[in-house]
Amino acid sequence: MATDRSKLAFWLLLAPCLIWLVTLIILPHVGMFLVSLREKVGVREYETSFANYAVFLNEPLYWNTFARTAYMSIAATVLTLFIGFPISYYIAKLTRGRTKTTLFLMCLIPFWVSELVRTFGWMILLRETGVFSNVLQYLGLAAGPVEMLYNDAAIMTGLVYTSMLFMVVPLVTALDSLDDSLIEAGYDLGASGFAILREIIIPHAMPGIVSGCIVVFMLSLGNYLTPILLGGKDSLWFTGLIYSQFITRFNWELGSAFGFLLLGLSSFIVFVGLKLTGQSLGKTMAQS
Amino acid sequence: MKCNLFLSTVAVLALSSAAANAETLRLLTWGGYAPDEVIAMFEAETGHTVEVTKSNNEEMIAKLRATNGSGFDLAQPSQDRIAGPQAEFGIYKPLDMSQIDTSLFIPSMLEATKGNTMIGEDVFAVPHVWGTDGLVLNTAMVTDVKDYTDLCNASVAGKVSYRLKRPTLIGFAFSMGLDPFAAYGDEAAYQGILDQVEAKLVECKANVKTYWDGGDELKNLMRSGEIVAAMAWDTGGWQLNDDNADITFVAPTSGALGWIDTFALPARGRADEAAYAWINFVMQPDIAAMITASAGNFTASQGGDANVDDALKAKYQASFPQEAIDNIKWYPSVPAGLETLEGATLDRINAAK
Repeated sequence: MATDRSKLAFWLLLAPCLIWLVTLIILPHVGMFLVSLREKVGVREYETSFANYAVFLNEPLYWNTFARTAYMSIAATVLTLFIGFPISYYIAKLTRGRTKTTLFLMCLIPFWVSELVRTFGWMILLRETGVFSNVLQYLGLAAGPVEMLYNDAAIMTGLVYTSMLFMVVPLVTALDSLDDSLIEAGYDLGASGFAILREIIIPHAMPGIVSGCIVVFMLSLGNYLTPILLGGKDSLWFTGLIYSQFITRFNWELGSAFGFLLLGLSSFIVFVGLKLTGQSLGKTMAQS
Repeated sequence: MKCNLFLSTVAVLALSSAAANAETLRLLTWGGYAPDEVIAMFEAETGHTVEVTKSNNEEMIAKLRATNGSGFDLAQPSQDRIAGPQAEFGIYKPLDMSQIDTSLFIPSMLEATKGNTMIGEDVFAVPHVWGTDGLVLNTAMVTDVKDYTDLCNASVAGKVSYRLKRPTLIGFAFSMGLDPFAAYGDEAAYQGILDQVEAKLVECKANVKTYWDGGDELKNLMRSGEIVAAMAWDTGGWQLNDDNADITFVAPTSGALGWIDTFALPARGRADEAAYAWINFVMQPDIAAMITASAGNFTASQGGDANVDDALKAKYQASFPQEAIDNIKWYPSVPAGLETLEGATLDRINAAK
């Protein structure tokens, strides 16, 4: 009787999560996979085949965009880590009490407005008649208007800015749990600052670094607004391709295939990343 | 007391019966086509309520396709984008022409739209608002742009913008002396035209500052002087003209591209009565003038241009001398399948270095 009850309670508690997973994640993906296997042979005529995946393999344009999106996202992740790590270290180790809260809050504040507004903010700053260009001209550092928008550097800026918080939070949590006395002991034993960073701090923060990197990478890879708005005429992004297949080309079949390829790509890169750093997903999630 | 009670009962009955006939019209339209004051007048006159969703051609089709034509009661796609998607996805239902007061329409435009959106005996759309694609130029800084291909001139390098969409392909094709509309029926010939346009647009890419996407983006680029020449809608040019007298819309020498946005009934719309009431209501000349004031484009309403304010009329006449009007290339219906070819071409242009 008691076990029956606890079983019931178990299933009831699990139910919301299961419903969410099945109806919002699994079913749509199954549907999308079936759509991606349909090949259009005429008006309202379809055949089951892998033709849409073949289109992807045979058209270098799609391949290049795919690769470009992947390496730009990896670059954005690395850049975010390099900028985010010192910030997190400062917040976690060198500040106390109110200063710590204030600094943490300052990282959070940009996220009180939507991503769209933040991106438009960058557009106002970077455009030819924008703030940066005018300041440079005023200071005499530039002879004429400078265009900083519509290129890959602008995309990178936007991506790093958008995902900074998601790197800082896990890093601060991981670094917070590092006992200061370990660092002191390192100094007592005569280690250099770099050696302490390499031997004590980074190994301890590894789960935070890995989970931060996974989140930032996923956010960058799946970002749509930032690359579309800040990027220029050459700046293709894979999510933009998926959007145009679905919405402007009415080609749901190819769009679905692209969606699955993106899912596969992101999973593969995360897997490789975990293997390279010697981490496992379970360990990362448990510690951070 | 009794009399009061009787009156209020009657009032309640009258209200509830009105509510029984009242429907909610879910309108899928463009920005400016359903101004608030027109909606208020319509709701007061008919008792129906109106919910507006603003969209564009591709999104309209995508939305209706996702639901097999439900979720909206009246849509306003362009007339050339109806027969193809209808054949492909079956998202509209035929119009009952007896429900529409055809005397409110300009006859030539009504006949043209009916002809273009007919499948078998069924008519799928009637015209509402029309306008053109052409060139928006800052005439103080640009002197040698007369046609779409002139956007590739060295004199405007880095200061040009256009959309990466099908009107650009069509416009450039005409400007290069080709006739894409004549090739609509022949996929191989059409692909040949697309290939030539692709080469031209790839070559022209160095001139482009950025491809614009939304009307506001274009206006910002033009206003700030970051670009001086663009391929855009006539309304965009006329609105910019209010802020800066140098900027205006010019019909290109190869002919402006004429579009007509229509009324079409989604296949599984639920409020047909309200939809027909809306069509007949907004096509009245004085209401049509209000929509022209809000959208900036003229309507297919017979006499609807009489009440339009003189400033807009003057701009229209300046941009369109009679020979430019005669030269407008009206979009014929796009056959199913062509858009896939165009899509691949646009992707390749976007990716080209």
